[in-house]
Amino acid sequence: MPAKPSWFNLTSLVLGFSFLYLPIVILIVFSFNESRLVTVWAGFSTKWYTALLHNQQLLEAAWVTIKVGAISATLATILGTLAALVLARQGRFLGRTLFSGMIYAPLVMPEVILGLSLLLLFVAIDQNRGVWTIIIAHTTFSMCYVAVVVQSRLSGFDRSLEEAAMDLGCPPVRTFFRITLPQIFPGVAAGWMLAFTLSLDDLVIASFNSGPGSTTLPMKIYSQVRLGVTPEINAICTLLVLLVTLGVIIASILTKRQKLKRIEEERLAAAHL
Amino acid sequence: MTETNLFPKDLTRSETTPPLRHEPEAPENTPTNPVRGWGRFALICVPYFWLLLFFFIPFLIVAKISLSQAAIAIPPYLPLMDWSKGVMGLWEVAKSWSLDNYIWLKEDALYWQAYTSSLKIAFLSTVLTLLVGFPIAYGMARAPRAWHTTLVMMVILPFWTSFLIRVYAWIGILKTDGLLNQALLFTGVINEPLIILNTSTAVYVGIVYSYLPFMVLPLYSSLEKLDTTLIEAAEDLGCPPWKTFWRVTVPLAMPGMIAGCFLVFIPALGEFVIPDLLGGSSTLMIGKTLWIEFFSNRDWPVASAVAIVLLGLLIVPIMMFQRHETRRNEGDM
Repeated sequence: MPAKPSWFNLTSLVLGFSFLYLPIVILIVFSFNESRLVTVWAGFSTKWYTALLHNQQLLEAAWVTIKVGAISATLATILGTLAALVLARQGRFLGRTLFSGMIYAPLVMPEVILGLSLLLLFVAIDQNRGVWTIIIAHTTFSMCYVAVVVQSRLSGFDRSLEEAAMDLGCPPVRTFFRITLPQIFPGVAAGWMLAFTLSLDDLVIASFNSGPGSTTLPMKIYSQVRLGVTPEINAICTLLVLLVTLGVIIASILTKRQKLKRIEEERLAAAHL
Repeated sequence: MTETNLFPKDLTRSETTPPLRHEPEAPENTPTNPVRGWGRFALICVPYFWLLLFFFIPFLIVAKISLSQAAIAIPPYLPLMDWSKGVMGLWEVAKSWSLDNYIWLKEDALYWQAYTSSLKIAFLSTVLTLLVGFPIAYGMARAPRAWHTTLVMMVILPFWTSFLIRVYAWIGILKTDGLLNQALLFTGVINEPLIILNTSTAVYVGIVYSYLPFMVLPLYSSLEKLDTTLIEAAEDLGCPPWKTFWRVTVPLAMPGMIAGCFLVFIPALGEFVIPDLLGGSSTLMIGKTLWIEFFSNRDWPVASAVAIVLLGLLIVPIMMFQRHETRRNEGDM
């Protein structure tokens, strides 16, 4: 219901977005603070960033986090896309209610419960905890997000192309890779991004399922935050925020470009008729 | 004929064909391509078994451990099953199950307080988030069309940045010598610094801040669809603006409001990071209690019982939410 913006609406937008963004801006500004005190400005300096580069433990944790994020996001994208295909295309089958319940439940389940339950499974089967248990845990909850994202993409596209390919004798697997996947690709890519950021952010589930030598960056940040606020943490946080913001912006530009390209192609195809 | 397996939904609708046979043991037996039946079977099984193994079974284990006794051992609880004894072993273990952990939860006032204060904090912060989120969503919906995509993007962006970082950002602001107090002292609003960090106020601020996008987005999608002619009609007929708002806008935004409230309330109830970093030791919340029980006290059976009770608290709102969502989606169509 767009109308001309009134003063009230403009004010609420400005206040609302300042509330959302000011804390992050302050955090970034103080990562360039000369002083060790995070709350008193003492001049510009990048020394906390240089300090980060020499913090071996932190770099190790960052590496573990990226590894866990990339592997679990990839696994979650594969499993989540399969799950979305099952939900959107397979109709009824035995245990469908349980299946869709298991897809939607992790989205709202408190992290403490997810973390605890998986840990108890790993203990029960006598599996030592480490990088792989975190990967399995992250895959499990982020595949559900991927499934929801991809499913919404699947339900919004024209099935006649798939049907045409199958009628012309294209085997199902090939139909999927040639017809379905290109169509749902933006959803799949967005799902991967979402899974990766979820894994990058997660503290609680990783804490339950990590073992010696598999400390992730959020765990490291958390243990330092408990000791107090330091500009070093501000610096890591700034880097993470910039990384994610860049990723989101690039992703949105790519999808926009793809959309434009499709519109252009359709226009050309129409012109040739 | 060829698409029978891929599109069984269409099949089930027609009355002439027999109802679809159920998976998993009965893959479609079409003579043209028997592999496809197995393909479908595999397609369903892979994600299904993953979720069963890593989501469903762990819950059963939590439920079972919540019934067992704590022990000083590794792992710190008495064994669940002695498989070597077979069925008899199963019976013996079942006899040793007890509700002791739950009785302990009921009798120790600490847990009761943690549950009630979690409910209270989650409820109040949901109301606060609604109050803060509504004007933002309203402003977004009434902004010029060209702004909409950017505004939605701006609401989503903080959601992509780490939760932990956003909570951490507030520590520097709310501390006794933090920026908020500095600003207030400087402008002369207060004479002494306010103590906000490590109180429940800080927890409310943290929850409202972190979950604001979850409230704003569904509200916006309801308000955006709202037909402005209805508001104009009410105003033309002489309805004062506040009454138009209350009688026209609010009822029409209700689906988004309800969805937003559930999306804030459900995760806030089991929140751990916010009460731990902003609430200090004075704020009891159940997610934190579970964490302490597990990591500090190493009492796994009690931690499991805490988890089961939390799950019990959440089942009603989660089911209500799912029903609401199904209805909302059907309404859209």
